[in-house]
Amino acid sequence: MAQVSMTVNGKPASGDIEGRTLLVDFLRDGLGLTGTHVGCDTSQCGACVVHVDGKAIKACTVFAAECEGSSVTTIEGIAAEDGTMSKVQDAFQTHHGLQCGFCTPGMVMSAEALLQENPTPSEAEIREYLEGNICRCTGYHNIVKAILAASGQDVSKIAAE
Amino acid sequence: MYAFDIERPSTVSDAVKLLKESDENQPLSGGQTLIPTLKQRLAAPEKLISLTGIDEMKGICEDDDGRLCIGAATCHADVAAGAGKYPALAALARQIGDPAVRNRGTLGGSLANNDPSACYPSAVLGSGATVVTNSREIAADDYFQGMFATALEEGEIITEVKFPVPEKACYMKFEQPASRFALVGVFVAKYADGVRVAVTGASEEGVFRWTEAEEKLNSDFSSSALEGMSPPADNMISDLHGSGAYRAHLVGVMARRAVDAAH
Repeated sequence: MAQVSMTVNGKPASGDIEGRTLLVDFLRDGLGLTGTHVGCDTSQCGACVVHVDGKAIKACTVFAAECEGSSVTTIEGIAAEDGTMSKVQDAFQTHHGLQCGFCTPGMVMSAEALLQENPTPSEAEIREYLEGNICRCTGYHNIVKAILAASGQDVSKIAAE
Repeated sequence: MYAFDIERPSTVSDAVKLLKESDENQPLSGGQTLIPTLKQRLAAPEKLISLTGIDEMKGICEDDDGRLCIGAATCHADVAAGAGKYPALAALARQIGDPAVRNRGTLGGSLANNDPSACYPSAVLGSGATVVTNSREIAADDYFQGMFATALEEGEIITEVKFPVPEKACYMKFEQPASRFALVGVFVAKYADGVRVAVTGASEEGVFRWTEAEEKLNSDFSSSALEGMSPPADNMISDLHGSGAYRAHLVGVMARRAVDAAH
């Protein structure tokens, strides 16, 4: 057992971990932040995407020990303190960018990272950025629409009503 | 995963020292292949030596010979964004995996693993790059030694790769859509002293130079010079995604497209 310390959603967090403890397990089991999901556990599905030092990564494919001293943001850190949803979260609700919701934390975290890198992505750029996020319910149409809307762009062009 | 410890040294020399403490110690770079391998219990290190905290192994610069020098622990996203001097290399990095994988996976990790379908080996071999380790420099032609096999010795760490910048180049990847590895990828680079063509994803021997195509392109750098050509299918990977004959055919197609798109 070793001790790890990092900043999670702006607050200091530390705990005992094994060498093999994955970041996602430290977040979920160690800190009780169960918003970050484990879908495939093989770095395919993207349900576990969090930001480490501002970069989107798959929390099931990085060890907690490697995040020593890092600043981690999870889905729990995206809304404002008073619960006001971020633009991306709000757009997912407005445009129904989810069905069962399992993939949604990862989708939102990837979308937030995309919009930080590229504030007005095209539909093609959004779809390309989501290559590592899998939704098995309902397809990507409304997810893409929500991200386009969150970036302040017209969504009527991609609307398949 | 079996249990192991992790050490996170901040210098190359400390990392080498830790690796040499035991034959069962193993380096960990971005982990995008190694961690899934550990989960399947296909590896059981005593200790992982993480290379992600070593700043001297990160970053991109240019040396006095105009070569692009990339730290082995530089992630794919940083190469995609920072290798503008070598656009074909930046474009290759941008096509690896997905954005989250590109934020972790590293050049050195990809080369040390030498997956037969990985993208980077084709750029390194196709550029005639130099693989720098903690103890020596290895020419690309000597570095790759077959599927998952390299010239690296136990306890040796890739620290940097030096890429000569070609007049023009292009990487054409036929992506296997589920894994996003190359079903076949062809890297073509035209230098003042000749053309190099490196192929990944196709051969049972891992990345290889398609010398027959290089000879044709040396006298005429155009896709028509490769018309109807493909390498022999004998040694090609055959699996549920494609037969050896299909892969051999794709090598010809991808090479011609790469020549047409090279810039």
